[in-house]
Amino acid sequence: MPASETAIPTVPPFLSSLMRPLPLLPLQPVLAVLISRIRRHHPQIFERLGAHADKSFGIDPTDLPFAFVLTPHPNSPAVSAVRALPASLNVRIAGPLAGLIGLVEGDFDGDALFFSRDLRVDGDVEAVLALRNAIDDAEIDLVGEVVRGLGPLKAPAERALRSLLRPPRRAAGPEAGATSWN
Amino acid sequence: MELICPAGTPAAFKVAVDAGADAVYCGFRDETNARNFPGLNFSRDELRAAITFAHERGAKVLVAINTFPRAGAVDVWHRAVDDAVALGADALILADVGLMDYVARHHPDQRLHVSVQAAAANADAIRFYVEAFGARRVVLPRVLTVPEIAVITSEIACETEAFVFGGLCVMAEGRCSLSSYATGRSPNMQGVCSPPSHVTYGEAQGKVVSRLGAFTINAFADGEPAAYPTLCKGRFATSHGAGYIFEEPASLDAATLLPSLRKAGVTAVKIEGRQRSRAYIESVVRSFRQTIAALDAGVVAEAASLTALTEGQTTTVGAYRKTWR
Amino acid sequence: MARLDGKTAEEAAPSGASAGRDGGMRLTLGPVLFNWDAGAWRDFYFRMADEAPVDTVVVGEIVCSKRLPFFLDHMPSVIDRLTAAGKTVLLGSLVLVSLPRERRQMADLVEAEHLVEVNDLSCMPALAGRRHAIGPFVNVYNEATAAFLAGRGAERICLPPELPLASVRAIATALPDTVFEVFAFGKVPLAISARCYHARVHGLSKDNCRFICEQDPDGLPVSTLDGDGFLTVNGVQTLSHTCANLLGDAPALADAGVRSLRLSPQHCDMVEVARTFRDVLDGRSEAEAGSEALATLYPAVPFANGFLHGIPGASRVAGARAGGA
Repeated sequence: MPASETAIPTVPPFLSSLMRPLPLLPLQPVLAVLISRIRRHHPQIFERLGAHADKSFGIDPTDLPFAFVLTPHPNSPAVSAVRALPASLNVRIAGPLAGLIGLVEGDFDGDALFFSRDLRVDGDVEAVLALRNAIDDAEIDLVGEVVRGLGPLKAPAERALRSLLRPPRRAAGPEAGATSWN
Repeated sequence: MELICPAGTPAAFKVAVDAGADAVYCGFRDETNARNFPGLNFSRDELRAAITFAHERGAKVLVAINTFPRAGAVDVWHRAVDDAVALGADALILADVGLMDYVARHHPDQRLHVSVQAAAANADAIRFYVEAFGARRVVLPRVLTVPEIAVITSEIACETEAFVFGGLCVMAEGRCSLSSYATGRSPNMQGVCSPPSHVTYGEAQGKVVSRLGAFTINAFADGEPAAYPTLCKGRFATSHGAGYIFEEPASLDAATLLPSLRKAGVTAVKIEGRQRSRAYIESVVRSFRQTIAALDAGVVAEAASLTALTEGQTTTVGAYRKTWR
Repeated sequence: MARLDGKTAEEAAPSGASAGRDGGMRLTLGPVLFNWDAGAWRDFYFRMADEAPVDTVVVGEIVCSKRLPFFLDHMPSVIDRLTAAGKTVLLGSLVLVSLPRERRQMADLVEAEHLVEVNDLSCMPALAGRRHAIGPFVNVYNEATAAFLAGRGAERICLPPELPLASVRAIATALPDTVFEVFAFGKVPLAISARCYHARVHGLSKDNCRFICEQDPDGLPVSTLDGDGFLTVNGVQTLSHTCANLLGDAPALADAGVRSLRLSPQHCDMVEVARTFRDVLDGRSEAEAGSEALATLYPAVPFANGFLHGIPGASRVAGARAGGA
């Protein structure tokens, strides 16, 4: 069976290329606010991560011209945007942005994205699983958190982002895979 | 027929109840349960909250304490049992004879279910658990055909629960040391099979190669669906050729067999997947709830919705059909 | 390769099992797990009765109920020969019992006058209160389970092969009156299934298997895609590729309270294997020399003892160094 029967939208290449020359610096305060909100509202993530919270996770949206490095240490969790992932990471997770966000928001099943080859994982597989499970439990409204500070623009921004990211049928396709991790 | 659903996290637990589970099964975050994966399972406080949540909505909670207690540390499992009873678990799912004996003696009123890990594959074995420990329900091993199940239910004095969806063990569960042979960690002892700590993915000759411990389990060409390197679902070679010697990386979907399972006298049907996401729980539980409701109403089950659910993946009815053997 | 029928007058020696060695480590010959020709099977036991320094012999087809009829005719003469040679004979029960035929076979077994070695708890109701032995396929992972079984008549318990030494010690120490045994030589049984992999590999159905497993009297080797030896298929059973060898661990096992070592028949000169173990146990040769002798008797198969040391079962630790673990 083809591995590409999933319904994950990708960021259109022209949008991605428009973003390429943009400086990453302005992203940093947005990410800082995001991670501090997650830390405040979802402290159980760090408890679930256990010893894996000390590890570094590279997150590479394959349809964007940049990537993120996440270090979820409970005392000082941080996310930073980078042009390319450094070599020293414990884990690298790569996939389309909508798939990655869908994982966080609970619309997609990580196993299924992995089995369909939409998601690529390198490095410490146990840490990946711990992060996946911890985040799945946290029920994070990632898009909502991102657009939060936009005032009157919040609603239209959220609509625009969601239409870009949302698969045609909610929770269909990719999550359907029933093959188990064990 | 009752619908029994998995939950690996409190969030998944709520999703399962809201999607129509009659009962949810879960375990403590340690080696006492057979899904001891990183980032999964429940603290005592989380279980207390989950039980309250379920009971307010008329759902039951089954606590799986279904590994085999480590010699010299049996008290860890005793504490898990005592705490689950104190927190108001509706039933305990147990695999170890010594632990069942403990429950029967110290918590004689506690409802006891025999885990699939106990591998009670015939009426005589089930009779042993009923007579020795007052077991009220047995989770049937995934080695039986539907007609065999029908014979068993007619001969025993307790309820039966049968898996209908999710990961499929090819070997008799609770009697398999393949994982510890390759990694030193087993379902029976540590509650993990083919543990992620021993998994590596690499590339060789244009293929993604998955390894478990020192052994190559599979290799996937570009575009071919990948699989987690579960030992019994790997590709191996014999003098008669290479391939999936034991089982393809398929999962169980016995939705079409629900009518015959009910006719066979099965009390409850069970979905596997405590290690899966909220998205999986939501879709699978909702689908099975609808199918069972249709059955109860005498309407032909809507196979279409379930087909969509497993779209693009391989499913099997496993041992329920004799030809699987 | 040593032959099963390689008996010569020169080799024949009084069996002399363990007379005068009370308190020392005993030897048990486990049941033949593979599908041997019935005549070769009978001759094997005759020779073991006459020549092998083993104290106890487990007889019977425990893997596949379809094979059982072939050996039934020879069973009485084999049991007589072993008994006449002073061996204690145990009748092994099937590992996986699900068919009516299998339940009948087990009912007949427990009616026999010889001690039964229980490999599945389905024998328990019929054996209630009667003396019996527990085989390595029953999950005895801790002292509580061992105590429960001993309380119901189990006099001997062969522990599951995946148990680490610390568990073996904790269990054996807790029950000084029970004879504990560990799996010390042979390919290690790792899993049992309702599915027959021999039939599957040959494209046959289980019901029409043509007893194809008889082609592989030492099992069908399964390797990884890289060509590394990994597992061995024996019909519905899966065993290790490596061969257990606990010769170097024998002092630690004795210290832990183990009273017997199990030698599992492989397609090699098992009389010499037993003699080699006996010589090392009695101090007539060193463990290292014994292992070298075993490697000559059973060539081309690597030795392993990882389970005992809590590491992957496929691994090997030099026993003398890690013996106190």
